[in-house]
Amino acid sequence: MTINLTVSPSFPNERITDWYIFNTWLQRALNLPIHLELYDSFGAQRAAIAAGKVDLIYANPFDASLLVREKGFQAIARPEGQPDEMVIVTAADHPANEIPDLKPGTRVACSEDPCVNTVGRILLEPANLGTDNTVELRRETYIQVARAIMRGEADVGFLPVEAFEALSSLVKRDLRILVTSQLHVIHHVFLVGPALHERAEEIAALLTGMHETEKGRGILEALGAHRWQAVHQEDVEFMIDIISTLTQ
Amino acid sequence: MKDMDRAQIPGEATEYTQTYADGTQRRVFVTGVETPYPHGKLIVSRTDTAGIITECNQSFVDMSGYTEAEIIGQPHCLLRHPDMPAAAFRDLWETVKAGRQWNGYVKNLRKDGGHYWVYATVVPNVRNGNIVGYTSVRREPSRENVASAEEQYRSLS
Repeated sequence: MTINLTVSPSFPNERITDWYIFNTWLQRALNLPIHLELYDSFGAQRAAIAAGKVDLIYANPFDASLLVREKGFQAIARPEGQPDEMVIVTAADHPANEIPDLKPGTRVACSEDPCVNTVGRILLEPANLGTDNTVELRRETYIQVARAIMRGEADVGFLPVEAFEALSSLVKRDLRILVTSQLHVIHHVFLVGPALHERAEEIAALLTGMHETEKGRGILEALGAHRWQAVHQEDVEFMIDIISTLTQ
Repeated sequence: MKDMDRAQIPGEATEYTQTYADGTQRRVFVTGVETPYPHGKLIVSRTDTAGIITECNQSFVDMSGYTEAEIIGQPHCLLRHPDMPAAAFRDLWETVKAGRQWNGYVKNLRKDGGHYWVYATVVPNVRNGNIVGYTSVRREPSRENVASAEEQYRSLS
């Protein structure tokens, strides 16, 4: 039986190789054939989840909610520290200095990232802006979101903090952060599907001990993490409760 | 719940005696000073099924003015402002006890007698089909919606 692993498309492109290296490490440690499938869009990944083509996943918080509550996945670990935060950025010379300065008709550039978009929408609420009085411009990548602002096509853009920080200094020079989320309560998690529940404890132990070897530490660092931290079912249930308050 | 300590309230304050759903009373002091909601943050807390606070985040602590030790174990009405109509909280509890989500604008009372406005969402924590507690998440409201809520609550009080 081949096991399918996937990763939320929210990670930076330069880490694609590192996820393949992680997959090789995991296969060897578990002595199990694992196929890594990296989807280039959130929609394609959701379709794969719906079709039962995913057994292991490093999921964004919103997909994690769906997988735990509706698909019987079990959350076992998350990177230590690193809650998911996002920024709303504008052009450096845009007249708005803070969110309440934004007016109805504001053009919002965003990717398909459900987590970033939901939090971004919440952070626009103090300006009384919603989907009914803004213009949403969907872009395929975070860099395209940044470009839409720089070209004057959009007034503001939604980006994960990590993606904003990865922009070149030249691009960042032309952008300005209006607000940074400080939610601290939602984060990506590593989930095990029903087909692997019997081995969930073993996989959790492998991940949480990964930083103890030089090789494991190297892979983690390449993925932008220091170590995996165990996640208990109640931790993830609590996160899902919080997410449910954000998505109504 | 202990009465508020007048000595800890800076400046002029108005005294109120609040009566809660369980019949208990508390003396509170209100200054009218508003603390702005911190941009980008969420205020999160959990209670047990009786509304006793079991967990809160740092934003809750910072905005309420209490220490975490003073908050945990207290009923959630610790933050109730006298300008909030009792009907709003009745509706909140009836809604979440029925297993549904509640949303609304809430004026919260700080330890120093000041206040802060939030847009609050409360959800029941359902585990194995049973409600085991409630999670409340507050976020920054628009001033326009706060003004509407103030007007509505004045008419209900």
